Amino acid sequence: MTQSAQPAARPEPPSAGLPDPGGFDPAAAAARATEAILADTLRGTARGVVVDSPPGAGKSTLVVRAARELAAAGEPLMIVAQTNAQVDDLADRLATADPELPVGRLHGSDSPPDPALRRHPSIAASTSVAELRDRPVVIATAAKWAYVRDTEPWRHAIVDEAYQMRSDALLQVAGLFERALFVGDPGQLDPFSVVGAEQWAGLSWDPSASAVVTLLAHNPDLPQHRLPVSWRLPATAAPLVSRAFYPYTPFCSGTGPGERRLAFGVKGDGGGLDRVLDEAAESGWGLLELPPRHTPRTDPEAVRAVARLVRRLLERGGTTWSAPGPGPAPLTASRIAVGTAHRDQAAAVRAALAEAGVDGVAVDTANRLQGREFDVTVVLHPLSGRPDATAFHLETGRLCVLASRHRHACLVVCRAGVPELLDEHPSSEPVRLGVTVKFPDGWEANHAVLAHLAEHRIRWTL
Amino acid sequence: MQTLARAEAVAAGRAVPAATVRHTHLGERPVVLVPLTTAGEAGAPLGAMVGTDRDEPTLLVVPQPLDRELRFGFFAGLASVLLPVLAEYADDTEVEPATRNREETELCADAPQIVVPNTAALEYVRLVGRSTRFLRTVEDPDAPHPVPVPVPLLGRWLTHYAERARTPGSALLLALTSVLTRHWTTGQSAMEDQHLGALLAWIDPPAGLDGPAGAARAQTGRGPDGLLLSPPAGPATDPVFDNRVLAPALTRYDRARAAGDGPATAGAEAEVRRLVASQLRPTWDDVWRGLDLLRALPEGGHVAERWKRDRWSFTGHRDRVRAGEPPQPKRDDAVTAAQKLAGRETAQARLMAQEALDDPLAMAARRLGGEAFAGTVTGVEMAYSEGRRPMPRPLVTLATPDLPQAEPGAKAYRAVPGARSAQTAALVSVLPLDAGGAEDGAGEGPGPAWSVTVRLTGGMGSGRTPKEGSVPEPGAAVAFTLFEHDPRGGPALPEAELTPWTHGGPPGAATGAPGPADSPDPVTPEDYL
Amino acid sequence: MSTSHPLTERLAALRGPSTPQRPLDARALAALAANPGCRRRALMDAAGVDKGAVAEALGSPARFGQSRFAFSRGHAFEARVKADGCAELLRLLGAEGRAAVPDLGAPGPKGRVERTRQALAEAEPGGWTLLDHPLLALEIAGSTVYLEPDAVAVAPDGRWTVVEIKSFPILDGGADAQKVGAAARQAAVYVLALAELDEHGGSRPRPEIVLVCPRDFSNLPTAERVDVRKQLAVTRRQLQRLTRISEIADALPEGTTFDLRPGPDGRTPTRPREELTAAVEAVPAVYAPECLSTCELAFHCRDRARAAGRVEALGRSLRGELGGLTTVEAVLAAAHGTCGDPTDPAVAALRRAAALRREALAAAPVVGPRAAADDEPVPAHGGGAR
Repeated sequence: MTQSAQPAARPEPPSAGLPDPGGFDPAAAAARATEAILADTLRGTARGVVVDSPPGAGKSTLVVRAARELAAAGEPLMIVAQTNAQVDDLADRLATADPELPVGRLHGSDSPPDPALRRHPSIAASTSVAELRDRPVVIATAAKWAYVRDTEPWRHAIVDEAYQMRSDALLQVAGLFERALFVGDPGQLDPFSVVGAEQWAGLSWDPSASAVVTLLAHNPDLPQHRLPVSWRLPATAAPLVSRAFYPYTPFCSGTGPGERRLAFGVKGDGGGLDRVLDEAAESGWGLLELPPRHTPRTDPEAVRAVARLVRRLLERGGTTWSAPGPGPAPLTASRIAVGTAHRDQAAAVRAALAEAGVDGVAVDTANRLQGREFDVTVVLHPLSGRPDATAFHLETGRLCVLASRHRHACLVVCRAGVPELLDEHPSSEPVRLGVTVKFPDGWEANHAVLAHLAEHRIRWTL
Repeated sequence: MQTLARAEAVAAGRAVPAATVRHTHLGERPVVLVPLTTAGEAGAPLGAMVGTDRDEPTLLVVPQPLDRELRFGFFAGLASVLLPVLAEYADDTEVEPATRNREETELCADAPQIVVPNTAALEYVRLVGRSTRFLRTVEDPDAPHPVPVPVPLLGRWLTHYAERARTPGSALLLALTSVLTRHWTTGQSAMEDQHLGALLAWIDPPAGLDGPAGAARAQTGRGPDGLLLSPPAGPATDPVFDNRVLAPALTRYDRARAAGDGPATAGAEAEVRRLVASQLRPTWDDVWRGLDLLRALPEGGHVAERWKRDRWSFTGHRDRVRAGEPPQPKRDDAVTAAQKLAGRETAQARLMAQEALDDPLAMAARRLGGEAFAGTVTGVEMAYSEGRRPMPRPLVTLATPDLPQAEPGAKAYRAVPGARSAQTAALVSVLPLDAGGAEDGAGEGPGPAWSVTVRLTGGMGSGRTPKEGSVPEPGAAVAFTLFEHDPRGGPALPEAELTPWTHGGPPGAATGAPGPADSPDPVTPEDYL
Repeated sequence: MSTSHPLTERLAALRGPSTPQRPLDARALAALAANPGCRRRALMDAAGVDKGAVAEALGSPARFGQSRFAFSRGHAFEARVKADGCAELLRLLGAEGRAAVPDLGAPGPKGRVERTRQALAEAEPGGWTLLDHPLLALEIAGSTVYLEPDAVAVAPDGRWTVVEIKSFPILDGGADAQKVGAAARQAAVYVLALAELDEHGGSRPRPEIVLVCPRDFSNLPTAERVDVRKQLAVTRRQLQRLTRISEIADALPEGTTFDLRPGPDGRTPTRPREELTAAVEAVPAVYAPECLSTCELAFHCRDRARAAGRVEALGRSLRGELGGLTTVEAVLAAAHGTCGDPTDPAVAALRRAAALRREALAAAPVVGPRAAADDEPVPAHGGGAR
């Protein structure tokens, strides 16, 4: 609670089955993993390298470093990302890290790059690949690369967010490069198709499957690495996220207990909202539980609760501190985000926040929050108020994204009754032969998260 | 909106419209096929009614479903009905003029349309296609169990039709329950709608009964002999029918045949035929009845265009058969699978857009979902783009009851009568309107609740002044959609020989297996179990 | 096992004293997961009540029944797989050469269970042992349930694998996903029962089963491994829930029973229909259209749900959209503005939907041959679509 406490002593390592229990050093572990990845990328003989990167593990840093090292070794490369925002972000980081490295930003005629990139003289933007071909690094979205023809293939490529890329998207661009480093987060949202693709389920080249699944199905001997540390998630969150969403590929937090702090300048008034905020500051999690009811998904009471919680969060003058850090920093609106499952829920929360006079807080769906990071997040639980669970709402990727955006604390707003809903969930799912069963199971993951949240529950009525 | 429609149907005791136009092409002379299968066997047919004339169906029956010869006879019979129809359409062609992308080509003027009762029957057609297209015929000297020559050709056509049916908006092969449920909403669940008899009872209740009662009768009503009053549309038969009536008749046939007794065999066979026909006829009549109901709907504007794509599909396969190409492989290779997926996604987007443009009810659903908005123009402010050649970029503000679910900057489209393609626009802002009538929501047509501003970005000609009529006036009624009206396909995919290493390389290279695509299925020494 | 377990007596009373218990088998246990929230089904299944007979006595007979062709086909295929000392089966498992196929015969189920346990314990390491029609037992809700997998194979490494033989085909490497799912859930029950027998803490039964099916269109068998870890987790959870059956039974009024009281011929029920209906209604159910293909009481529950105007009769997914509006009546009243809180998003959406529908139907030509009768106005026969 008090700001001037000493940073805690180096903590004992968290559990979750990682080697080297005594004296675990996250920075060293991460560095080792990174060196191994770069060695395989630069000097390995395999055509591909796969890197699993849990939330906040430094994926973008890895991509930038790999690009720089390849360029420095005289190997021109292309970078494939999935959205324009991701491309612009990577280009920005690259140019900031190395202002001397010429970067080509290839784009479609109706998707001009972010004007902020113009401040980097090393970045040239064009719609024609010929104009950029001689630059050491050319970066574009998969969709744009798919239209590139009649170019000599690159020897190297880096594919970012490869787990979120669909197999057919990879098919469209794989001819452009000989070898590639594939980086992505296996725990987040999977690609999908609005059209049924069951006839190819079980085929190793199922076009609707994730690109990495297809890649590994045909090239099972590719070196696979894991980034073992999440620098974003605090010690209060990494064990839960790792256990629930990455059961077979655990990771741990880069910070120990007490190395991330959230404190409030204004004392709590004892009301439900304040008590859950205090709980979150103390333990990194808070569950604001509303009375049980079946509601449509833009549940007005839940939406209002989220808005009021955010407003109270700002009113109490929060400060965050991260070891070894200078001093505590104020918790401003831009460091807070609200996550929902559906767009209309996000729209409703935005409207409620505007009405409450709160400005500058990001409100978005899990899909759009992927890849982003905040100090404190407030989540409207996907199953809140529902009479039953559906595959969409149980999808682990969604809950994983919502629960892994924060550096300090995550607050969940949910109506009571969800454990019962899970309990009564019918399971008569079809089973497709030849398809590897994917873990974690949506039910189990949801259950694990709820069980944990129950320990930090504050009941409240509007 | 579906939920509301179902509730209304419950209240009305009959189905309510789900579409104001017919979104599916209906040919003049569709071929109706009602198959029945034997329980337990993969694809073993029991019988079928097929034909283009509702009063004169061709009845095909397999009196001993386990006998391979009789089974092939069934397929041969099916081929003898379907192949001539296919050939007839194959020869009637017109010439399509050359376009930018291809030269002058021949296109069949029309294509045969096959209608089956439900999706299970459609799956069965797919299964028959698979089971017959690799069979070896009498022309092949090595074939251990040769089949009549037309059978594999039938298999290839059925496979093509069944695969095409996976494309959204296609009408070559129709499952009637799917088409009916697209156009009417009943007061029962979607699952129950799969029962053709019940579905028809809701849409067109029999005299003296209402929807639910008729449906209940169709689903479970049994006569004094224990048989269902309305036999299942199949392909599965009613177990009571199987056990109580069919099994004894088949046994009689077997016995007579084993004893070599000619007249008794003929008699027993006739009996089996009569029984199977009794199960098929009601469904056969139901299918024609359903087609009549659909024909009464006016055809949607874009139906002909989608049918033309189906005609291309038909023509393409006709050409492949004529060129002597091998039958479709058992499993798609990587590039084909990706192409099909992409093609279907485009077809889906196109279908949904066209249905909304053709049918106010479909557009209403999109508006409710925030994907389209319509209202009255309240203001137009002229503006121009930056740059050397300023182009008109007017701001149009309209008052609408619909709330678009999109960010500022999202693309919008407006259908302009007489224009070749939709006018493009970009969403600028969405603000609540403080109209008095918006609050009480209990009135008949709630007043507009939102003021939406868009910036027109196209469709105004190439000069500084917008073309006449391309910018709406204040007071005009306009409608914008957030979806494209004519979605284009995506980028081209690599050739199959150039399948990249990520997807296993070119087909056949990696596995070394000699293309499981082409080898016919191994034949077991006996089929009698 | 003691036979005077209070729960067993309770369940017997619910069933009817003279009615034999319908034995629970793996399929029935797997089906528990189909609708766990339905107490009616849970109670009746636990008590071994013949739901089909009850449905018929209630006047809503089910459409179930198995065709004898299906039965004989399944039987014949299994016989083929197991012919000649299970030669085909052993080939599919990869058991070269000989495998021990011990005789598991014994008088009575208890004997067979013991014999099976013995055979598993005595299986020689380093070689294959195949148990043909073993018998396993599970204690559930106070009574013993006997389970008979098609086969259990002991591999040379000592691990046990459940084998399920089904007669639906595996075509080009794929099979009907619903049927495979049902088979996986059924087999998971066997794996759980095997785990009970394992003194090594349950690590010997493999969480992967072998599914044997006809290949393509022939009668040649082919086998595929199916990972059933998820089904195991689900089944374990469901079996745990079964222990709460007594709570459900406790909530019933005194003396409730589903006894049909068969008359002198031993078959015709004499229980008055209203009484039986009241007893059945005393246990809440959760009807969804999916019940129609899985539960014999579905038609009865559907009729009641429809009579009450419940929204879930129209489809499980509809409930999620409507929030507090649980009847068709409420939905229509909300839509037409006569009732309902306008701040409820469901109400607002319904009103908007109703207005849009009205507008759209008014703008379009007449629809259907006999649509005129009720609500829509019949415009003059206009041209095509707008």
